[in-house]
Amino acid sequence: MAKVAYYPGCALEGSGGPYDRSTRALVDALGLEMENLADWNCCGAMEVKNVHPMLQTYMSARNLAIASEKMGFDTVMAPCNGCYHNLKKAEYELATSPDAMKTVQELATKADDPVYKGDVRTVHLLEWLMEELGPEGIKARLARSLNGLKIANYYGCMYTRPRQIFPEKDQGPGSESSYKPHFMDDLLAAAGAVNVDFPLKTACCGGAHTLSDADTSTQLVLNLLQAAEEAGAEVIATECPTCHSGLEMHQVRAETQFGIKTKVKIVYFTQLLGLALGLSARKLALHENVSDSLDLLHEKGVV
Amino acid sequence: MAIHEKSLIAPDHLLTSDKLVIDGVDVSGHWNTMIVPRYVSDYDPDFYETIRKYGGGENVHRCWQCGSCTNSCTVYAINTDFNPRYWIYLTNLGLKDEILKDKDIIWQCVSCNKCTNICPKDVRPEGVMKALQHWMEDEGHVPASAPTRFDAEFTRQCLARGRIEDSEVMLNFFKETKQDVVELVKKGWLGVFVARMNKLPLLREGKIGKFLARLPITGPLKMGWAMVFKPRTKSWGRTGEVLQAFVEEQRKLKHG
Repeated sequence: MAKVAYYPGCALEGSGGPYDRSTRALVDALGLEMENLADWNCCGAMEVKNVHPMLQTYMSARNLAIASEKMGFDTVMAPCNGCYHNLKKAEYELATSPDAMKTVQELATKADDPVYKGDVRTVHLLEWLMEELGPEGIKARLARSLNGLKIANYYGCMYTRPRQIFPEKDQGPGSESSYKPHFMDDLLAAAGAVNVDFPLKTACCGGAHTLSDADTSTQLVLNLLQAAEEAGAEVIATECPTCHSGLEMHQVRAETQFGIKTKVKIVYFTQLLGLALGLSARKLALHENVSDSLDLLHEKGVV
Repeated sequence: MAIHEKSLIAPDHLLTSDKLVIDGVDVSGHWNTMIVPRYVSDYDPDFYETIRKYGGGENVHRCWQCGSCTNSCTVYAINTDFNPRYWIYLTNLGLKDEILKDKDIIWQCVSCNKCTNICPKDVRPEGVMKALQHWMEDEGHVPASAPTRFDAEFTRQCLARGRIEDSEVMLNFFKETKQDVVELVKKGWLGVFVARMNKLPLLREGKIGKFLARLPITGPLKMGWAMVFKPRTKSWGRTGEVLQAFVEEQRKLKHG
């Protein structure tokens, strides 16, 4: 099994804490190996590129360079969609534009940073789990079933778009689909969940403007919550800290500002998989989610 | 001929005389309605080059107007005035005044990348939206939008320390946009959010055992710690300065 460099990113160190903790617990329980990316920096998130696109490219490439030059890794694993997207984008841009590569390398030399050479790839946690174990590997390690818990799998924007920066997707059987992603569905189904037919898997939650255009975000999140409930979901599984916080935040906002109440619970997919592996709810930091799913999970017999 | 599709024509371009007789025939009222010919002479043929100099706008000239961007747009589905295809058309024609009619909504692009994903000509419309917004702000047509301020605060922290800190980004943004956090917590949705985060509803229902079992501890402690001791990249060194200098150099090079 290939060891990877783990890039948590700023969100998982802050508001996405439960995602970080459940990721570490899950990886440990699955017997996979990863090492913290040493002294990483922010990837630029969705904001920095708007000041200058090269800032984001550089900041992302700097992390890739740390992995290869300082640690000797050829793979960086990121559970956050924003980080994953930016690192993939840098990887794509620097592989296709010699000018951009030259700029990045010059800046790195000037700043006395490790120099990116294009020899590192980035994978999302979902992709890593599929690569190393797949649904069969999960099944072999199950401690209990998710007991038919009805789940809407929500992937958001940054995991699949624009498809150009993910050349390994859409490569036929076994690969991820950018149009209709299914890796999270596959893993959770293996753990005994029932995936509902959720039409908004890759719709936008308005994460980029979650605070600066709150009404638009509330409207977009409500689309997701209501469509999930309509499809019969008890839980929305997330794989991105920004989507997750956005859904939690605007579920509350829709209720308090507009009087529209939804009861579907929002849970990180790592927390759900962790439960199926027999990890405790506390270890997976389920109690630290804003959306309190513990009563439902008790009722379903998965906690 | 009478004009029925008046809604498609700007009102000040419709001309109707109440009393008009031509060659002894009375054509008063709508019988004589004419459209004032429009000569657009104040277009800027190099405008697309201006937009190409902004980050994200580089490919705007490639558009062949298929409309896939608008068709797939998340914001268009909420507000049909939000029309990337039209703004790209206007950019390539150099009709700045027409673009400025929508100056108050262009910032609302949510960067979902549906347009960039589907565009057959690699125009990257998401980037064009950002480029147009920055041009409008630079030229003083609009004040810095809320997202632009958010971006600036976020980038400032990144360049200074290599990392951001969630609560600092949020609090400075609220301050910058003159939103009263205390009010939001006391009366608004933020208060309900914080209460739920801390499982106060359970306490109110008298479920003390459940409340204690579900009270978050590690997260808030970690966040409090980060508020005091800001997360930073130890090896960041001169990186922030080098990047800042690069951005300024590029700005001078492209926009004088």
